[in-house]
Amino acid sequence: MNNKAAIELKNITKTFGSVIANKDINLTVNRGEILSILGENGSGKTTLMNMISGIYYPDEGQIFVDGEEVVIRSPKDAFDLKIGMIHQHFKLVDVFSAAENIVLGLKEEGKYDIKKAEINIKEIADKYSFEVEPSKKIHEMSVSEKQTVEIIKVLYRGADILILDEPTAVLTPQETQKLFAVLRKMRDDGKAIIIITHKLHEVLSLSDRVAVLRKGEYIGTVETKNTSESELTEMMVGKKIDLNIDRSEPKNTADRLVIKNLDCINREGVKVLDDISFTAKAGEILGIAGIAGSGQRELLEAIAGLQHIQKGEVLYNNPKTDKTENLRDKNPLQIRELGVRLSFVPEDRLGMGLVGNMDIVDNMMLRSYRKGKSVFLERKRPKDLALKIIDDLEVVTPNENTPVRRLSGGNVQKVLVGREIAASPTVLMAAYPVRGLDINSSYMIYNLLNEQKEKGVAVIFVGEDLDVLVELCDRIMVIGSGKITGVVDGRNTTKEEIGLLMTKTDRGEGNG
Amino acid sequence: MADIKIKQKEPLIHITKRDDVSFAKSIIIHLIGIAVALVLSSLLIISVTGENPLKLFKAMYEGVIGTPAANMGINKKYMESIHIGAILLCISLAVTPAFKMKFWNIGAEGQVLMGCLASAYCMLEFGGMVDNTVLLIIMLLASILVGAIWAVIPAICKALWNTNETLFTLMMNYVAMTLVSYFIMIKDRSGRSDLGILNERTGYGYLPDLFGMNYIFNILIVAGVVVFMFIYLKYSKQGYEISVVGESENTARYIGINVKKVIIRTVAISGAICGLVGFMIVAGDKHSIKPDIVGGQGFTAIMVSWMAKFNPIIMIPVSLLIVFLSVGSKFATSAFKVDNSIGDILTAIVIFSIIACEFFTRYKVNFRKFGKED
Amino acid sequence: MSFEMLIAFIQQSVRLSSTLLLGSTGEIITEKSGNLNLGTPGIMASGAISGIIGAYFYTKSGIPFNPIVSILITFGCAIIGALLTTLIYCFLTITLKTNQNVTGLALTTFGIGISNFIGSLINGKMGGTGIAAFPEIGEAYRATLPFADKLGVFGKIFLSYGFMTYLGIIIAVIVAFVITKTRVGLNLRAVGENPATADAAGINVNRYKYTATCLGGIISGLGGLCYVMDFAAANWQNNILDQFGWLAVALVIFAVWRPNIAVFGSIIFGALYVIGPFILGLSNKSQELIKILPYLVTIVVLVIVSIRDKKENQPPQSLGLAYFREER
Repeated sequence: MNNKAAIELKNITKTFGSVIANKDINLTVNRGEILSILGENGSGKTTLMNMISGIYYPDEGQIFVDGEEVVIRSPKDAFDLKIGMIHQHFKLVDVFSAAENIVLGLKEEGKYDIKKAEINIKEIADKYSFEVEPSKKIHEMSVSEKQTVEIIKVLYRGADILILDEPTAVLTPQETQKLFAVLRKMRDDGKAIIIITHKLHEVLSLSDRVAVLRKGEYIGTVETKNTSESELTEMMVGKKIDLNIDRSEPKNTADRLVIKNLDCINREGVKVLDDISFTAKAGEILGIAGIAGSGQRELLEAIAGLQHIQKGEVLYNNPKTDKTENLRDKNPLQIRELGVRLSFVPEDRLGMGLVGNMDIVDNMMLRSYRKGKSVFLERKRPKDLALKIIDDLEVVTPNENTPVRRLSGGNVQKVLVGREIAASPTVLMAAYPVRGLDINSSYMIYNLLNEQKEKGVAVIFVGEDLDVLVELCDRIMVIGSGKITGVVDGRNTTKEEIGLLMTKTDRGEGNG
Repeated sequence: MADIKIKQKEPLIHITKRDDVSFAKSIIIHLIGIAVALVLSSLLIISVTGENPLKLFKAMYEGVIGTPAANMGINKKYMESIHIGAILLCISLAVTPAFKMKFWNIGAEGQVLMGCLASAYCMLEFGGMVDNTVLLIIMLLASILVGAIWAVIPAICKALWNTNETLFTLMMNYVAMTLVSYFIMIKDRSGRSDLGILNERTGYGYLPDLFGMNYIFNILIVAGVVVFMFIYLKYSKQGYEISVVGESENTARYIGINVKKVIIRTVAISGAICGLVGFMIVAGDKHSIKPDIVGGQGFTAIMVSWMAKFNPIIMIPVSLLIVFLSVGSKFATSAFKVDNSIGDILTAIVIFSIIACEFFTRYKVNFRKFGKED
Repeated sequence: MSFEMLIAFIQQSVRLSSTLLLGSTGEIITEKSGNLNLGTPGIMASGAISGIIGAYFYTKSGIPFNPIVSILITFGCAIIGALLTTLIYCFLTITLKTNQNVTGLALTTFGIGISNFIGSLINGKMGGTGIAAFPEIGEAYRATLPFADKLGVFGKIFLSYGFMTYLGIIIAVIVAFVITKTRVGLNLRAVGENPATADAAGINVNRYKYTATCLGGIISGLGGLCYVMDFAAANWQNNILDQFGWLAVALVIFAVWRPNIAVFGSIIFGALYVIGPFILGLSNKSQELIKILPYLVTIVVLVIVSIRDKKENQPPQSLGLAYFREER
């Protein structure tokens, strides 16, 4: 093992508009080592790696490869420097075979010979004990097979610096173990490997060194053998920050929404929710914490009637009639017709919660336009509501007839949350409602959620900032890989405890 | 790949998406586009005829509006032009709701033709058997129904199996044309493969003239359709659903819209209005049936609707512009002894220019020699 | 049907099929790059009229007639004419990212219009008899191998056609080979399926789209030339090519985007189109109705393909969509 720096980053800074994604980052990866990059969502890990692989171009700083300064302007430049990145979202052509995807765009000498390429691919696969069928079509493959194809694609192009962006997010534990074995083999082969992850136990079992990022800043690098889960967690989440969010004691709590043994399978056939059971109480904020993509979105969509439920029940106790309704297999319209006042602020604001090209008034009507027998729209009330929300929530907009697409992120969110709250819900679900918002807008959202709680609404809050979860929520449920890994009391917990629960996978190592 | 040269230049032209341009700016861009189109057309005219293009445009104007002498009687030239524009406008309106939903119905030609066929069939079958008003109502309903059916077949396949609607509706056009040829063969006893003017002596199933002017009935119907479509798209709940489905199917699901139902319903309306146009052509204008009776208006309408950005009001000037070009050039070309297909060429040039304008309203072209990614 | 009629029927079918085959092979290349070019009828018409323009100037020039020179000139003109027309489409849809359906339809209007216009012009200059005809050039295009007649039935069925019939099949086979078996074909398919992936793999998406669409336009244009020179024996007639243009587009679907299937598909389409008069005792009406079959068969194929939802038989995934890198 030669301890030579394969890549060295010096003072890298990257901003997107006013958001600083990476600030003054220094990082070194050696040949023959696996470096983990650890950090919460939004800590800037992927942005940093995208600059090495030529997707983004840094604002400031230098990149050195094998000691020489380089400029990487496109993925092709990165390939030429033998850097290959395996993105979280695969870039593969569905109807092509594995081999066809691997050789795509290459300018090899000689005549095109897919059979020969297949043999070469087999060789690479055998070297690192990958299992791959070069002639199999991508659309017939499982997620892990697709990932294998992506890795071989990079190796086939001669990469000896590999970057993997959350490669285990979509894998079962067994597949993860296999991948790790391959990565170790590559390391022993002298390649430099960078793996982005937030799973602590993976970091500890796989990597040689760990670099930690937090909110765009570089915190430090430690040798894996000299560190512990608690040290890494502290580096990752930082010291406790006092946010001063008012949290009142829950009053008159009642079981509003009871979820029993929920199972969901996504389009790729992966089980995204596994035996989820919990109760959301009126007059309480229930926080949901977890690594992004652990099933939060699917859970909320399943409750809202947008996700097919494989197994289990979603029971709603109607405070007006004292009847219990099962919301399973009902679409959003049927749920409303049952008299269930369920409001949902989805993660994808402009793609789901709002229509970007419509103005604020028309967006106000999305939920309510059906009201009344008339075939015509009634725009008077939506307009009043729009004006009220603009006024109450201080939405910055030229007027109420501006398409929401033209508003800034914070104002878009105010419009969406405002509309959902205006429906006077009994259950309010909000997925990452403060993502991308400035401090003031964020606080306004927290206050709105608190108000709703005091009104007796059962609030479900999916968040990523642990400081906020700990200060805002009465109870916090942590999910990992589609399973509940713990439920803690918001008043007696710490970020570290939640962080550990988040990174804990599968209590009883199973089918993932 | 041994020695690596990484000193590359930034692209000279970098294209980025832009926010909305102001209405005024968009108008200016489009006017420039039309001006460019007219210059191109003029160059074309000079090159083939050697004539002064201004003379040609003047002749076109006379061809569309008519000379005072020609407008004395009941057959007023400008009414004829307005009527042609009205028919084009009506088909454009028909395809609009489907387009707004991102359903590419390019089968308007066939849907209108089937409407014509239904009307012609009723004219021949029931002419004289019932009162003329009743006959007209039967024709109207039959045309609307048949047009809707013709459109709904591809829509159902789209909703159920996501069958490509562009190609499906395109094929339906030719099925319709062949059916019309077949119908003519069945009904024709003269052996000329042409039914000529239907009910020529009896006038059964003819829309009456109003106020001493022909075509007025059709023009009024189209005016009604404009108002209907404007209100339907902007103020009705169904129109609202169309916008939501067209913008984002995810949002539509989020608020519980049955997307399949909306697709089928909207395309049915689209086809029904096409059928209505078929009725207007047969009962209010041509009083005959031929496979090419729609004359490609079904295709032109698609372009009109697109150029007007699906706005029923803007479609009025756009369709009038197109008619000015096609009718005017038809007249002018006979005066200049060139083939009347120059109208199609001018129309196409104007359409090319207008749709090219869209690029400049949607994207910004940045020239730069050196710079960094932002 | 008598034996002679059967042979005549096969000959007619094959003659017409070349036009459809070239037209649809061109459209297949275009669609494989993700461009749905509904301007194909216009491009075919412009290819045909360009050939006629070449024929007109060649016969008018007073140079002694040589069949090979006449073919070369008309061929070259058709290629240039089709290319220029296709470039309009390319510039608008690829560079300016306009809507492909609208641009294509406008191009059809344009191509048909300009071919009618020039056709009438030439017709007028040639005395205004109603058709512009160049019998010698027609002869040149329809010349068969000298020994074809002597080979009996075999010769009649397989060797009795002008060179464009064989050229069409050769082009289709080559295109099928290039698309499925070469690196260029692989890259092209990637561009049509998933341009973002192709871009990331270092393929110049716009260059592929331009090249494929232009080449496709040229081949389609040759289809138009083939019709006017071979099938119609160098007689120009207005408004004839748009129906064959749309049939060519239909054939692309029928052949599920494979030129080798299009070879047989074009003969079937050609047969369905010309069969009427060959079925004894068939009334005119029924003959007319038979012309519906190519379209109906295409619709059935389209629906079956969508129901079966087999990935390999679907239209290219990003067909009809403009590609803009920063929209990923």
